[in-house]
Amino acid sequence: MIEVDRVGRSFTVGRGRARRTVHAVRDLSFTVGAGEFVGYLGPNGAGKSTTIKMLTGILAPTSGRVRVAGLDPTRRRTALARRIGVVFGQRTTLWWDLPLKDSFELIRHLYKVDRADFHRRLDELADLLDLGGFLHTPVRQLSLGQRMRGDVTAALLHEPAVLILDEPTIGLDVVSKVAMRAFLRRLNAEHGTTVLLTTHDLGDIEKLCRRVMLIDHGRLGFDGTVDDLRATAPGRESLEEVVAHLYTA
Amino acid sequence: MVRTYLLLAWTWLRASAQYPVSFALMTLGSFTLTGLDVAGIWIIFEHTESLGGFGLFEVMFLYGTSGLSFALADMLFGNVERLSQHVRAGSFDTMLIRPTGAFIQMATDRFGVQRLGRIAQAALVLGISLPRLDPPWSRMWMVPLMVVCGLVIFTSIFALGGALQFLLTDAPEVANAFTYGGSTLTQYPLSIYGGELVKGVTFIVPLAFVNWQPALYVLDRQDPFGLPYWLRFVAPVAALLLAVAAALAWRAGIRRYRSTGS
Ligand SMILES: Nc1ncnc2c1ncn2[C@@H]1O[C@H](COP(=O)(O)OP(=O)(O)OP(=O)(O)O)[C@@H](O)[C@H]1O
Ligand SMILES: [Mg+2]
Repeated sequence: MIEVDRVGRSFTVGRGRARRTVHAVRDLSFTVGAGEFVGYLGPNGAGKSTTIKMLTGILAPTSGRVRVAGLDPTRRRTALARRIGVVFGQRTTLWWDLPLKDSFELIRHLYKVDRADFHRRLDELADLLDLGGFLHTPVRQLSLGQRMRGDVTAALLHEPAVLILDEPTIGLDVVSKVAMRAFLRRLNAEHGTTVLLTTHDLGDIEKLCRRVMLIDHGRLGFDGTVDDLRATAPGRESLEEVVAHLYTA
Repeated sequence: MVRTYLLLAWTWLRASAQYPVSFALMTLGSFTLTGLDVAGIWIIFEHTESLGGFGLFEVMFLYGTSGLSFALADMLFGNVERLSQHVRAGSFDTMLIRPTGAFIQMATDRFGVQRLGRIAQAALVLGISLPRLDPPWSRMWMVPLMVVCGLVIFTSIFALGGALQFLLTDAPEVANAFTYGGSTLTQYPLSIYGGELVKGVTFIVPLAFVNWQPALYVLDRQDPFGLPYWLRFVAPVAALLLAVAAALAWRAGIRRYRSTGS
């Protein structure tokens, strides 16, 4: 579903003498198969969001080759958009001034979702994510947790084969977090949706991901199961300690 | 594409319909404010018989065609100039994950019809001048064509200005000079400007094809700069070339898009 082959992305920053090149991602390779649930970990500035932007066609890689759902994201960006769902926890992809329901209607048209399919899907998602209370509220008036649920719904209305989430649990309270995890697990199990998510919350990883990839300074440092991850630092109690050990190593 | 445009524009219109009073005031405001332009033209003609060799109604004809093209382009696509705001706010990332071109999403973002005031004003000026000039019917076909060509030219300049912002963050001002400057420039007969400038806006930034060259045909006037007669008919070609250049620049800009670090 996702193929990343020797991908690099650098940015030139600063002017004049202070000009330098930041290598956000270097020589990154991995593949994610259909139906997998993968956690993408790494310290701040490791290159997670940059990777996700390349997978979704927002950024063109400086080197290497990316394929998502069989398409080159840079060349076939709009075609790819129909096959993937994307959620940025840090910002909404919804229309700020529109009621949630209107945003969804707009998405139905943009993604050319059949009306009957759309209503079936929306009913299902609204039920699972408990949207009933705020479907007619403008997005700017929603709380963070409500907005996040709205964003996840928006990303799934066209039934994408791949769901890519950048920090989907950031800022959520315990109850919302548990609900979001239950929802994502169910989505993956029942619909077979391939999921790739970044997070700083290791609870997300423990509860959801069979596979973990760890990136640091733009390079892949670990790729394996959660148990493999624990085994890299035997004797440490929590997953937090294990990961902290890897980040500082 | 047209359907998507209409859908998005309609959605924004509905969202802004919550504030009908502000909409009415802005429309009226732009109608009145641009009306002052015309007052300016009348004042000039209080003191003189001609401006650059052109009479009052000829100048009004130029003003009306340029104003109509510009106001239409501004209403339909002028929002693409706000690219750098979207880049900074991160909302441009969001547009790139939708199955619709970013250009259409930019153009329709917060779509409003306040500029209808400007459009109505320009159409009115054109409507007053045409019967007075009474050009032969056989030349009238050029009038709608030149408005459309002007629309395409101004839209392309808006798009070029947007594309430039992928590279430079403070490009809006540069682009403004060409769009708003171009609109002001073409409101008057080009004969009031120097020959070098007119060559520039004929062969480099093809603003002369917004209305000047086609108007020479409609009004059956000699070219004060002695440029070839066939230039009067190449507005569609000039508009098309500029549109292709703008589309390429826009695509190249998206390829170079850097997003933001957070
Ligand atoms: N548009 C940009 N311009 C310049 N530098 C950038 C840009 N985007 C990212 N970077 C740099 O690339 C590196 C990786 O950033 P990225 O956002 O991918 O990190 P991240 O793993 O998502 O971090 P976080 O956990 O803090 O979200 C950082 O050093 C960042 O400063
Ligand atoms: Mg990030």
